[in-house]
Amino acid sequence: MWREDFESGSVRDDNIETSTISGIPLQPLYTREDAPRREEEFPGQFPYTRGIHPSGYRGRLWTMRQFSGFATAEETNRRYKYLLANGQTGLSVAFDMPTLMGQDSDAPTSRGEVGHCGVAIDSLADMETLFDGIPLGEITTSMTINSPAAILLCMYIAVAEEQGIPASKLGGTLQNDILKEFIAQKEFIFPPAPSMRLVVDSIEYCAKEVPKWNTISISGYHIREAGSTAAQELAFTLADGMAYVDACLERGMHIDDFASRLSFFFDAHIDFFEEIAKFRAARRIWARWMRERYGAQQERSWKLRFHTQTAGVSLTAQQPELNIARTAIEALAAVLGGTQSLHTNAMDEVLALPTDKAARLALRTQQLLAYETGVANTIDPLGGSYFIESLTDEMERQAEAYFKRIEEIGGVIPAIEVGFFQKEIADAAFRYQQELEQKRRLVVGVNEFTVDDEPALEILRIDPRLESEQVARVHGVRAKRDAAKCSRALSQLRKAAAGTDNLMPYILDAVRVYATEGEIMQAMIEVFGTYTETAVV
Amino acid sequence: MRIVVAKVGLDGHDRGVKVVARALRDAGYEVIYTGLRQTPEMVVDAALQEDAQVIGLSIHSGAHMTLFPAVVDELKRRKATDIVVFGGGIIPEDDIATLKKRGVAEIFTPGTPLQDIVEWLRQRFPEKTSS
Repeated sequence: MWREDFESGSVRDDNIETSTISGIPLQPLYTREDAPRREEEFPGQFPYTRGIHPSGYRGRLWTMRQFSGFATAEETNRRYKYLLANGQTGLSVAFDMPTLMGQDSDAPTSRGEVGHCGVAIDSLADMETLFDGIPLGEITTSMTINSPAAILLCMYIAVAEEQGIPASKLGGTLQNDILKEFIAQKEFIFPPAPSMRLVVDSIEYCAKEVPKWNTISISGYHIREAGSTAAQELAFTLADGMAYVDACLERGMHIDDFASRLSFFFDAHIDFFEEIAKFRAARRIWARWMRERYGAQQERSWKLRFHTQTAGVSLTAQQPELNIARTAIEALAAVLGGTQSLHTNAMDEVLALPTDKAARLALRTQQLLAYETGVANTIDPLGGSYFIESLTDEMERQAEAYFKRIEEIGGVIPAIEVGFFQKEIADAAFRYQQELEQKRRLVVGVNEFTVDDEPALEILRIDPRLESEQVARVHGVRAKRDAAKCSRALSQLRKAAAGTDNLMPYILDAVRVYATEGEIMQAMIEVFGTYTETAVV
Repeated sequence: MRIVVAKVGLDGHDRGVKVVARALRDAGYEVIYTGLRQTPEMVVDAALQEDAQVIGLSIHSGAHMTLFPAVVDELKRRKATDIVVFGGGIIPEDDIATLKKRGVAEIFTPGTPLQDIVEWLRQRFPEKTSS
């Protein structure tokens, strides 16, 4: 009846796609017929489609965790104190490019990069400054770092020691997800095998010594930002997760000893319902794989916990105030999808790192969602929606199809080596760009509803003098430290890297005697070598 | 006409550069993508080896004010100033004028239609459009 009415009525004759932003075709209406029939699902119960906590946000709101870092450790320390004073509930460190690439501020290729897209950390001395006056026993900290992740975690442990806090009390998250670096973000240094060894070393070490630490944040964010579809983000991320599980099992660890400390990180893009479905599907797939394929016994091993960041790529340099609206909608999707923690992007991040004002507005957007809108009062409020349930199943189906393809190629690392993920992502990115060019998708202010004269937004500038100051600082550290102890620690690390010992204690020793990040990486590069990708266009 | 497309700087954000490379290829240009983390010396080497007339640079790390002019300077040093340099990435408005003064021919910022880049090349090199 409705179908006939719909088909005989008129539809808009614009050129605009009615599929999701990822290209999943949508029906104009979903009814009972489309909704999957299954047993009633409940939050806090397997397979956790409706959330991992029986009490949802009634029990505890999500953690408002704004990713932040710029210039020097001193300036970033000031920003952290500002954010904490404004009600932020956890820290999240953004490092600059040289730090992310494991090189010191005085390396020739660090020129022009120091302190630009995050904070510059060269040695324990900088880390001490970064967390000066911040009680590491009381807050949790997330660190977005991958190839050199083990080094930065050791620096954090060492700073906590100096504050008198034992590692066993530390809470936080290390991104430490090297697979998505090969797939999407491309901040790899070592080849895949030694890279995986370092990841497993840190997971194994933390299981014993830093038990409250999330040892890895398996990330779809960068995969999505590189241009993937929602289903690709979901599938590639969970496939990476399983590859880490396989690697830990191979090391001889027991699934229930590490699985509950694996955490995830997803993008919240602008296509509202698709994102909510993605989050719900992620929990269900992971729970099933962990219980059924890996035989995890403990419930906490089945639960997929995740952080979300709103989509940087959805923001526009044109009419940037619109980014506040975009971010609010994306954040709402993350909350309706049951995220454990959230970063909301600032409106000016498409141009530069956020100013104090823009950073605060972004945080306020989360507070508004949490306290004004009422969305946190009811658990999984969209559960049972014909549309959402059907889309959740579709996400799951598409992810499973990708798992099969990856398995056929021989697993995640072989798929990286043949450029499978890279090609899939580049294809999706190009397809989307073509849709924009053909105006089959509109971005307000970019390919429609544009204005000619836009007043420039005030943006954060990084003082170019900072680079030479940071270079002087690292020179100072090298001059002051006990050179003999430092070179001994580095040579022991080199020896251990050539063997099979867990490298964490060796890295911690080197960090404690103020070996720099670049020196520690160099010691490992001498043994492991470096990786170059064959670029796929 | 040959165009060397390169990512300079340390960041690995290669979505934009790959999309642009494909679009230029589809527009009939011969495109050589160098891959990530190219130093100015490596970019100029590639351009000379490939006998390219144009270099397209991409960066998202904020180091454009150092690295874009460094490519121009390297071209001067190698006496290859006939090679035209353009760039793209997250580049604030104020920086664009400075970069142009320093010898970068054009800067394309986020949201630029691919067609605009192709058009710009066609106008700049009307005789060399192959398709």
